[in-house]
This record gives sequence, C-alpha cells and structure tokens, in this order.
Amino acid sequence: MSSDSAPVSNWLEKNLPGEILADLEKTAKEHKLSESQKNKLLDELKKRYANSQITPGEAVGIITAQSIGEPGTQMTMRTHHFVGVAELNVTLGLPRIIEVLDLRKEPKTPSMLIYLNQPHNQSREAAEKVANKIRQVVLGELAKEISMSITDFSVFVKFDREELSAHHVSVDGMFDILLKQLHGYVVEKQDGGIVIKQKEKEIKKLYRLKEKIKELAVAGIKEISNTLPINRGGEWLIQTFGSNLKSVMLIDEVDDKRTTTNNIVEVAQVLGIEAARQVIIDEIMKVLEEQGMPVDYRHIMLIADIMCQTGDLRSITRHGITSQKSSVLARASFEIPLKHLINASVVGETDQLRSVVENIMVNQAVPVGTGLPGLVVKMKEPETKKRVKHDS
Amino acid sequence: MVTSDEPIVTKKIERIAFGVMSPSWVKKVAAVQVASPELYDADGYPVEKGLMDLSMGVIDPGLRCKVCGGRMKTCPGHFGYIQLAKPVLNILYMDLIHNLLRCFCNECGRVLMPSDKADTWRTQIAKAKRENNVEALYDLQKNIFALLRKSKKCFYCNAKKIDIVLEKPTTFYLGDARLWPAQIRELFEKVPDEDLAVLGIEPSSLRPEWLVLTLLLVPPITIRPSITLVTGERSEDDLTHKLSDIIRVNQRLLENINAGAPEIIIEDLWDLLQYHITTYFDNSVPQVPPARHKTNRPLKTLSQRIKGKEGRIRYNLAGKRVNFCARSVITPDPFLSIDEVGVPLAVASEITIPERVTEWNKEWLLGFIKRGDEYPGATYAITLDGKRKKITDDTKEQIIAELAPGWIIERHLLNGDIVLFNRQPSLHKLSLMGHYVRIVPTRTLRIHPAVCPPYNADFDGDEMNVHLPQTEEAAAEAKHLLALGRQIITPRYGLSIIGEREDVLAGLYLLTKPDAYFNQEDVSDFLTAAGIDASLPEPEDKKNGMWSGKQIISLAMPEDLSFEHENVKIENGKLKSGIITHDYIGPEGGVLIHSIYIKYGPEKTKEFINKLNYIGLAVVRKYPYTFSHSDLDLSNKTREKIKEMLANAEAEVKKIVKSHKEGKIIPIPGKSASETREAMILSILNGLRYPVGELIKHEATEDNNLIFMSKCDMASIINLSSMSGFAGQQALRGERIKIGFTNRTLPHFRKGDVGAKSRGFVFSGYGNGLDPVEMFFNSIVGRDSLMDTAMRTPKSGYMQRRLINALQDLRASYDGTIRDAEHKIVQFKFGGDNIDVSKSDKGGLKLYVK
Repeated sequence: MSSDSAPVSNWLEKNLPGEILADLEKTAKEHKLSESQKNKLLDELKKRYANSQITPGEAVGIITAQSIGEPGTQMTMRTHHFVGVAELNVTLGLPRIIEVLDLRKEPKTPSMLIYLNQPHNQSREAAEKVANKIRQVVLGELAKEISMSITDFSVFVKFDREELSAHHVSVDGMFDILLKQLHGYVVEKQDGGIVIKQKEKEIKKLYRLKEKIKELAVAGIKEISNTLPINRGGEWLIQTFGSNLKSVMLIDEVDDKRTTTNNIVEVAQVLGIEAARQVIIDEIMKVLEEQGMPVDYRHIMLIADIMCQTGDLRSITRHGITSQKSSVLARASFEIPLKHLINASVVGETDQLRSVVENIMVNQAVPVGTGLPGLVVKMKEPETKKRVKHDS
Repeated sequence: MVTSDEPIVTKKIERIAFGVMSPSWVKKVAAVQVASPELYDADGYPVEKGLMDLSMGVIDPGLRCKVCGGRMKTCPGHFGYIQLAKPVLNILYMDLIHNLLRCFCNECGRVLMPSDKADTWRTQIAKAKRENNVEALYDLQKNIFALLRKSKKCFYCNAKKIDIVLEKPTTFYLGDARLWPAQIRELFEKVPDEDLAVLGIEPSSLRPEWLVLTLLLVPPITIRPSITLVTGERSEDDLTHKLSDIIRVNQRLLENINAGAPEIIIEDLWDLLQYHITTYFDNSVPQVPPARHKTNRPLKTLSQRIKGKEGRIRYNLAGKRVNFCARSVITPDPFLSIDEVGVPLAVASEITIPERVTEWNKEWLLGFIKRGDEYPGATYAITLDGKRKKITDDTKEQIIAELAPGWIIERHLLNGDIVLFNRQPSLHKLSLMGHYVRIVPTRTLRIHPAVCPPYNADFDGDEMNVHLPQTEEAAAEAKHLLALGRQIITPRYGLSIIGEREDVLAGLYLLTKPDAYFNQEDVSDFLTAAGIDASLPEPEDKKNGMWSGKQIISLAMPEDLSFEHENVKIENGKLKSGIITHDYIGPEGGVLIHSIYIKYGPEKTKEFINKLNYIGLAVVRKYPYTFSHSDLDLSNKTREKIKEMLANAEAEVKKIVKSHKEGKIIPIPGKSASETREAMILSILNGLRYPVGELIKHEATEDNNLIFMSKCDMASIINLSSMSGFAGQQALRGERIKIGFTNRTLPHFRKGDVGAKSRGFVFSGYGNGLDPVEMFFNSIVGRDSLMDTAMRTPKSGYMQRRLINALQDLRASYDGTIRDAEHKIVQFKFGGDNIDVSKSDKGGLKLYVK
C-alpha cells in the first residue's frame, strides 16, 4: 500500500472485525497459503472492507423499516404452519412479526424449546421421560375412573397405575396434593383410590366438584399444556405449548443455557434485556426464513437494538418508542395528534426540529443523508495571517 | 407564486414552542373585534365587523385588505376576536381544568401540598424538563395529579377541600352547587406561578385562567374561504357557520344580561354558548350532539381539520404535493437501456427543467427560446431579479435581446436528462429511482422489463410517476445516489435485484447450452443487436465455420472477468463451461451480475445487463419458441402408469380411513387420531406429486416447449405435471378441504366420506379439464388466497407505518455510531461491523482474488 493510504491502513488495523480476520485465517489454512499470499489477501480484504463501510448520514432506520415492511406485503397471512408432520403448530408469518413488534405480553402460541443435558437428549424415550415430568398433568388424565355417589355426596377417584408411574406420582402423593388443594372437603383414601366427600347435600355442586377435580393440576409445570419430543440436529429436545421459562430452567435434566421460549417479555423478566434482544432477533429471523424472505441480519439487529435501547423493552407502537420521542410533532404525526399538541401546550414543550417529520412539516432539509452535512465557513480571520503562523 | 416586489427572506426555523394564547395576546394579534353575525350586506359587500370583514383577509378578486393592503393572493389573512359575554370553558382542556380544580385550594388558590414536598416535586419536574425526557415528565404529572386529588385540606389557609365533580361534558359541581366558568376563572387567577411549576405547567405558556375563554380568536378568512357555486350563490365554510352561531348566541346573551333578564334564561343561554364553542373546537366530543349543517351533515370543525389520515398533519404537513411531474400507464420496451425511461413527447413538451444561462450555453438555450412551444422549446425565463417571464411569440424577441448569464430558462425535457421514476406503493427505496430520459412518440411511459422487480410493476394497467429535478443539487443527487445503476444491489439482503427475465433467459439458454453453434449470419445478427463491435474470434467449429454460443456471449463480458460458481466457469472474460441461467443473471439474486457489480461498479454492470439483454432477444427472434396443447400429450403407457399410481394412492387412503374408523390408528405424539389420519393422508397424496413429475419429466424431452421454458425460469415441472398429469390436493390453510355441509364438503358425497376425492383431491389435470366437483374445490382455494391478500395488505401497511415512525430518525453519524434524533447511541457500529448491506455480498464480504 502506498504511503498516503497509511492512515486508512492504520484505521483498518484497529477496526477490521475480528470475525473477518478469523475467517481469513481459516481460509488461509484450508488452502495452505503462504505468508505473502496471506498478506496479499489481507490487503485485498482491507480494501474491500473499507469500500463497504456505511456512509455517514445513511438513514439506516428507514432502510431497516423498509427491509422488513416490504417483504411483509408478500408474506402469507396463514398463521399456523406445520413444520413437518411431527411438530406443534406455532404462529408464523406476518401475524407473528406484528406480535413481536407489539411486544405482546403473551404470544398467541407461547412455546418453548427445551434442550436437555446428557444423557437425556440421546433418545426419544429419555426425552419423553423428561417431557412427562414437565407437562402439566390434570387429575382427569391419571384417573381410570371418576365416579360420584349421590348417597353420601362423594366423588371417588380410581387411579391408573401406569399413568401414575409415568408421571412419577403415587396414590399417597396424590392424596397429599388433593388435601392441599381442596379446602372444605373431606379427603380420604379408600380401596387404592381417593374419596372426596362434600359437606353440602346438593347434587348440582357435586357435579361441579367432579369437574373441578378432573381439571385439578397435580403434576408438571404450570402453563405448559403440551409437550413433544423432537429431534433436531441429532439430539432430542422438547417442544412445548405454553411457556414457563423460570420453572423449566430449574429442572435438573434441562440444559438451562440453551433452553428458550418465544415469549419475549418473559425472557426479559427472567434473563434480562440482552437475552430478550437475542430472542427478538431469533423470532423475526425465524419467520423470515420460514417464509423464504431474505433479509439481512443487520436490519433485524437494529430493530432489536432500538427496542432494547433504554434497558427496558419498548414496542414499535404509539405506546412504545414513539411515545418517548422528544419531538411533539413527530409524536403528533403518528397517532392521536390532538392529545400530543394539547399536552405539549400544558407543559410548554418546545420542538427542537431535530428529527425527520418535523422538518418535512416546516419544509426544511431533514437531518439524514445529504440533509445532514452543513457548511461551516470562518469568515473573520484573514487567511494570510494564519498561514504565516503555521509556517513559522 | 409570490409576485410582490419585496425581497424574499429565507429563514431557518430552529424550534417551535407550544402553548395557549392569553387574552392579551389574542387582542394583540387580532385585527378586528367581530360583533356582527351578518356576513354580507345587500350588495354582497362584506359587513364591517362581520365574519367576512376585510380586515381578516381577502378572498375576492379586486378587493384590498384593510390591514396590510394586500390583494387576494398576497394578503396572508389576519385574526379577529369575539368578546364573549360570559366566560366559557375550552373543551380541549376539560381534563386539565378538572385536575387543576382538585389540585388547588378552593379558597386561597395554593397547591394542596406542604411547601417542602412541593419543592421536591418542582425540582423533579424541572429535571425532567431540562433533560427533555418527555415520558418521565408526563408520568410525573400524572402521579402528582393523582396524589393531589386525594389531599383533604389546604396547608396554607387550612380550608377544608370540597371535591369538585365534573359532569360530562362541561358542567362542574362544587358539592351540590353549580360551579360556573366565571367562578372557575376567578379561582384559577389566584393560583401563583410557582405552584403551577409543581404540576409541570409552564406559566408563561399556559395560565389556567386562559383555559376559561373570555375572548375567542377568529381565524382569518383565508383559512375558511367561502366558495361561489355555479348559481352565483355563496357557500360558507363550516367554521364560518359555527362562528356565526357563536356570535348570534353571544349577542342574545349580552342583550339579556343588559336587559336584566331572569337568571334562568341567562344560564340557559350561557350553556348554549358553551355548546357552540365546544363544537367549534371539537365536533366529536362524547355526550355532545354534533353540530350539523343544513343538509344534516356533521360540521368539520377545528379538531376534525387536524385529525386523521385526511387531516392537516398527515395529509398536508407530512405529505407534500409537487409540480413538474407526470403520470401515465407503463408499457414494456426491451430496447431501452435498463436505466432509461421512455417519456411521451406530450409530457416532454409540457414539463420543464430549469437551466441556468452561462456564457457557454447561451447560444444553445437561445434556440429553445426561439422555438418556444415547439419541442424542444422553453416555457419561462427567469430574470436576474427573480422575475418570471412567459415565453410567447410576443415576448420572445425581448427575452432574447435581454438574455444574459445568470438567467434561468425553463426548457423542455430532453433525451439524457435525469428524472425520478416511481411506482406506488413506495414500499422501499427502490420504488423511486433515477432514470435517464428517452423521448418516445407514444403516450405511455416505457420501462425496461428487467427493472420491474424493484418497482414490483407489471403491465396490466399499472401507472407510474415521473418527477423532474428542479435544482442542480436535486439532479446531482438523482444521478449519483438514486440512479438505477447504483441500486442494483438491494440493501435488504445484499444481492442484485435487477436481472434478465423471460425471453432473454430463453435466448441465453439457447445460446449457451452445450453444442449450440451458430453460423456467421447468426453471429453477426446477435452482435449487431447488442452493439458489440469486436473482431470475431476463430470459430470453434473450424470445419463448418461455426461459432459456439459461449464464444458469442464471451464478447459481452468484461475482458478480465473471472468467475466460478457451480457449473459456470468464466476465465478472462471467456465462458468456458456451463449454461447461463436465471441463477446467474436473473433478478433477485443473480450471482454473476452481483460479482460484476462488486468488481466493476454500476456503469459496467448496466452495460453488461444491456448487452446480454440485446443478445438474448436477438437469439429468440431467430430461434423462437412457442407452446401448444400437444406439449401436454403423454404416451398411453405413462398415462396408464399415472392412473395406476393414483388408484394405489386412493386405495391407501381408503385403508387409512378404515383403520381410523376401527380405532386402530396409532396417533402421532401431540396429535389426536383424526389429526394423525389427516396428516397421513396428506403425506400420501402430496407424495404423489414428485414421482409423477419425474415420470413426466422422463417422458418429455428437450423439444417439449414447457420443459424448455422450465429451464429458463418461466415454468416449472409442477406446472407441467399439473397440466398433463393431475392437479393434486387442494389445500385450504394447510389442511384438506373440510368446510361445506354437515359432515361433507358437497352434496355429491355421502356424509362422513373422508376419502381423497371428497376432500379436495383433484384427479384430473388442467390440460384435460376438471370435473365440476374438482373445479369447485379449485375455486375455493383460489378465493381463499384472494381473501388472504386483501386482508394482508392493510395489516402489513400499518406495520410498515409503525416501523418507519419508530426508526425514521436513526442514522449513521460521522463517528460511525448509529444514533437517534437526540444523538443517543443505538448501535456502536451498524450491524456490529459497519458494513453497508448494499455494498456487501449477501451480508458478507467475498474476495475475488486470483
């Protein structure tokens, strides 16, 4: 490289991303390049990297918004999609992207991917075993028979031994659970089953009691209504319907480092904002990939970054990012303009005209792209004097 | 257009402050006190002190403004005011008035809070204001309102607080007694400025007593112009109607007060005045019947003018309209360069480009003036002092005589000018690109078919817009930033979005397929079409004097191009092996186009695409292709085989249905038995597609036109097999069709029939035609996808609006960070590495090194 490009070269030395350098090393090794060949490659790489730098002033936000919005028109609305026959339905497509941007407290189809520790991820059976432990079980599933007796107003539950052992509970255990959860009833063990006696002599209530007992959660983790062992990349993991990250991560067999959920708000609460940012990226990427819409990773990153910029999650709605803009007119131009104008007059807000829409409104150059640079001219000092100073 | 002789002053708006106008301010800006509800006298002349008083602006030609002396288009309009007989509440601030009433002592007007506590609030709010933290500010305000609402007594005068109730929309009660606006005003006047600061209210921009109106500002006539109907009748603006209602009631109220009318009458009139002023500000307040026009149409008053998509903010302020543009239907023209647009002569001789006169172009521009209306001519000349002179036969002579450097001539559009070309909806930046003009004699705008993908255009009646840059700066930006050549790589995923399509691909396939040789006549035809003026290389087939297609296409490539991807190998600008197909030069990801762009830049890429385009078309012109029904014919053997496969599949489906009925089916985990049945049937039926496709592909050879087209990305094997084979399962939302009647899809089937045919499997092919049942199922799916599109468009449109709104101020700053409008950092480097996607290779960096 020539001498006048030395500053550029120095700058590159410092700024060339490590990932690119690592890639270069790898390629060099693969092709068994000599040191000089490698250096030549590095020089080319530097040039290429310098030429691909983003231009100052580039309206990256708008480009990102368009890069996601434009394929949005081509996406199918179909909310559910079968990813192969043996997987649970998860909301995908445009509705899912909107859901992520809205930061819904609870996604339409909350779902977890539970990774397992060795050796539980080695076979379907092992995974299924853990899955059974995780899935929330209601009493109705464990019972062979639930019968009512109108003579003494009681409900008799006869258990299915196989189901009990599959979920690692015994009749005694069930008895304890029932005792804890049912108040105001007499709970007794009888003939290997359990009898629940009602004090009031009312048949309607007895029916209700029976239904209540059927739906009683007796084992597993709350919220997780269905589990399915699936094979991904040679290991078995568990896909769930319903999400409860905190409780699932505490299970011994679960690999808590890789286990995820698609509920962004939940991730932010349990693991923090950085994890939530990654989930936003992953969830949007997943939809775009599934729909076959190529969008660069950087755009998705920018969206996730602005949603997590303040350390709290902010949605892409009038309650989120837009509500925190300092410009009155920018807020007013989005939704409910009157409210913003009136509130602004109350606290005496001043719009500094620093972002895009306000300047469009007043017919001035917008501070992005070619509208950004200004020309500063120092008119006072005579040029000659200055030159003399420098030379001496 | 400004025609006055005053010098034009340019100023930059630095900031805009918001606040409420005080009565003294109203008096200061107002030019007249409006007192008469009459508009015009018997002669049709505006009544003095009426709503159309000449002091408030002129909208009639020939009259002069009493204030500024301006005429119709020069007087900007002036405000007036109405002196209200009794004060009235401002409906837009009802919540605030109610909150304030509950926050201050009813006796002494101090804030209901000990002074030390008030101090901490004051500092907190001042801090939020200083930091421009809007959200925190409004949160604080909300909290303090909630807090003060609960306080029971005044800490200054010890008066007990009596709760004030707001009976919507505008009536206040203090205990049981009505609290009239006049009383509220008196109360508010007592509040000291420093106590307002506790609530975050800026006393200089809003004093609470200003929310109780004593003077009503009347907007200039220019804001509410009347229109003259064809009958000569005048039709007044909604605001004028409303204002005259207000004046009328105000007068009656005043008369009654002066006459000492009973309290009840005065109070009724007061309420009526409140109603009119309420609807004047906002005609959609809940529990207030909207004021209506004579025709029973609700009036559009102040709030309605601002709100919504058609309101002032989104329609007029955020959306700008322009001159110097054209719009027409688009038609394809493959003989244009890809970065050209065909502009009709009728357009080119109507809209103009301003050209500054210099010593060097003076003679040239004189020609335009001389021609005048006649293309290529000029329409206006702008003198050194900014005067605009129309060029007509009468003025020509003088203009030519006076013409001097520094003038601006607005001349007709010429070949080679750059213009902006746009198709709506403008979903991404590639929806507006710079094109070079090519004047065409027809009346449509013409574009090259290869640039349809970025615009998402087709030629079924689409219209597009042309904009002419009106300054040198705009033209320079168009040329160097927006020009189509620079947009070939999309910033969405970093691959080319423009590429060859349709016939061109067919031509290039014919040209580069193995064993394609052409004689000298063909070769010279192809090269002439592409404008390649090179000496021919040695013919590859020397014996017959025939050139291979690869030799020909190599002449279109840059000389030092080396490229390798899958089968295609190019060395030093010579195609060595491989067929040039869609994957290499097609739109949305043509790898060859992309690598040429990275290596040689926009200009060479453009040239390359153009050359390929002309060669490809020349080849198809010589060796055309077509398609006929006979291309769908299959041999008896194949037909039998397909029949057999279908029958087997149907039998299998029956087996599954039977085992499901008998409860023998083993459910897939996570699915019920019937869901499992559906999944199994679907996989059997959809599994037929591939083997049948293979079968047909096997039978159909190169001379089958559809197979040929499938190799050129115009058709697929699925198209062929669903025409000559069978159309297959019609899937509705990923399932077999199950809607229709009770337990069956159509009355042609038995209830509970879940076989292939009854659930939308189409055994016939499109070639032979569908039976009525099949056709019905086919239509169901078609309609469903139509509905899907119709419902998706507004949803994704709104999503994009929200995204743009949230992200619009993000930009790369000079230090390489990504920052928002407040200069807060969002990313330290764009995407972690500062790589511009449109300058990358699918997001990464590829090196082309030997």
